Amino acid sequence: MSGKTSKHEFRSNTLPALVTVGPVALLLLFLVVAPLILVAVMSFCKTDEYYNVVYDFTAANYGKLLSVDYLKIYARSLLISFTTTLICVLIGYPFAYIIARTKSKKKKLLYMLVIIPFWTNSLIRIYGWRSFLGNSGWLIKILTFLHIADGSVDLLYKTGTTILGMVYCFVPFMVLPLYTAIEKLDGSLLEASSDLGARPLRTLFEVILPLTSGGIFSGCIMVFIPCLGYFFVSNILGGGNTDMIGNLIERQFKSANNWPLGAALSIILILVTLLLVKIYQKLGGDMDSLGV
Amino acid sequence: MKRTVKEKRNKGIGIVFCSAVYLFLFLPIFVVVANSFNATTTKPYLSWKGFTLDWYAKLWSNSSLLESFGNTMLIALLSTLLSTVIGTLGAVGIYRYKFKGKGIINGLLYIPVVIPEIVIGIALLTIFSNTGVPRGMLTLILSHVSFCVPYVIFNVRARLSGYDASIEEASMDLGANRIVTFFEIILPVLAPGIAGGALLAFTLSIDDVIISYFVNGQTKTYPLKVMESIKSGVSPDVNALSALLLLGTIGLVFITQSGILSGKHNKV
Repeated sequence: MSGKTSKHEFRSNTLPALVTVGPVALLLLFLVVAPLILVAVMSFCKTDEYYNVVYDFTAANYGKLLSVDYLKIYARSLLISFTTTLICVLIGYPFAYIIARTKSKKKKLLYMLVIIPFWTNSLIRIYGWRSFLGNSGWLIKILTFLHIADGSVDLLYKTGTTILGMVYCFVPFMVLPLYTAIEKLDGSLLEASSDLGARPLRTLFEVILPLTSGGIFSGCIMVFIPCLGYFFVSNILGGGNTDMIGNLIERQFKSANNWPLGAALSIILILVTLLLVKIYQKLGGDMDSLGV
Repeated sequence: MKRTVKEKRNKGIGIVFCSAVYLFLFLPIFVVVANSFNATTTKPYLSWKGFTLDWYAKLWSNSSLLESFGNTMLIALLSTLLSTVIGTLGAVGIYRYKFKGKGIINGLLYIPVVIPEIVIGIALLTIFSNTGVPRGMLTLILSHVSFCVPYVIFNVRARLSGYDASIEEASMDLGANRIVTFFEIILPVLAPGIAGGALLAFTLSIDDVIISYFVNGQTKTYPLKVMESIKSGVSPDVNALSALLLLGTIGLVFITQSGILSGKHNKV
């Protein structure tokens, strides 16, 4: 009898678990785990003269990663991502604060207005920036008209242009977690702080910022990491002058056909990501707030 | 008195600042829309040659552009459908049942979310190329499903955290079987989370450039079509299509937000 009930329990729990979780498990196995393991293996492989991957162990790809040209590109990647993140915090924080604390009925609309630009493809919008900033673009025309600049100014293909494009792409990813964090902030704490004699700046640094630091951390993760890989922004606005690690990877797979080298570069990017996520967790960051 | 003046001034600064940020966010969209009315016919289609509506007419005879747009929609619909089904089942299963490897699955779900898209793109390209899966529609859909499923799961899971499992027991005690309970009890409770997840999946899919760029083979999606034309200059019919799309989505949001579809009595 007891055997029968346990069998029944076994059936009743295993089958539904299999039906529900099985597809996700298969998906993760074949489209996440296996591909990444393959990339790790390939990063230790050679290529033959026809650029085919030969499964023969070598660490040479990782040796190549240390060339001076590449080191310069890593440094530039970190600089661009860091500056982008910093600017996103400086713009995104006060912006998110104002729309999250507004008592206006338009709050929902203000929030939607941050999301609406996403519905126009990001490539098109970056191309919009290029045509706006380019030398037959409107900005130059306006500046020339105002006698601030003449036709010889070139705003494209500079590090600053790439940073502008990155900030443009990622500022909403900073604003949204900040908005969530700031909206949860209890207004009575701010009143208490000011009633107890704290000046607004002191309230900002000792009450508001510590209570919303979770939003800042998750925003930084959501900006810094993808920024390293957004090759098309530096392609379109940087025109090859502001290559980042993402551009290096793209080239190995699309034109240079050195997949093992591209794989090794990707492994570096994965390690950087894991390191930053570890730091994020150490700081008390919640993984779930990275999902939106 | 002094305080209110100061407050007013601060409020003014706030409004100016926020308007500047919104201007920044919408500026390239204005440029895109404006260029869709540009009468220029020479590459790279950047200098302003007067106003025309021609591009909106020409759009309908640009078959490769329309085809790429059709591909994008088909991929987005199918991958949203698949990832919503897989993600919803998965979220319920992970929440509901105890099994080995649950922690591993939970951890792996974060990988497509945090790892840069380019790495996911080249990893998928590598596995498809190594297993001989021909690149095209199928690999695009599989790839989109793989990065959308975690977002669906997170959305549904958020809904599950406030979920009372005893209503399921009640349903079964009253004689409903597991499948009836799933459709009649669990799904309606989770519906807002599922809808949110599906909307996010759809948005991610139609906007995806980087992952599609590596796994597409000969199949062009709309963003990839744009990418291809960027070198020689994006022709204004592409802008016209973007403008129409934007108008369509804003209209859709306006309709859903204003409650015309849901009916007034549903609004609490």
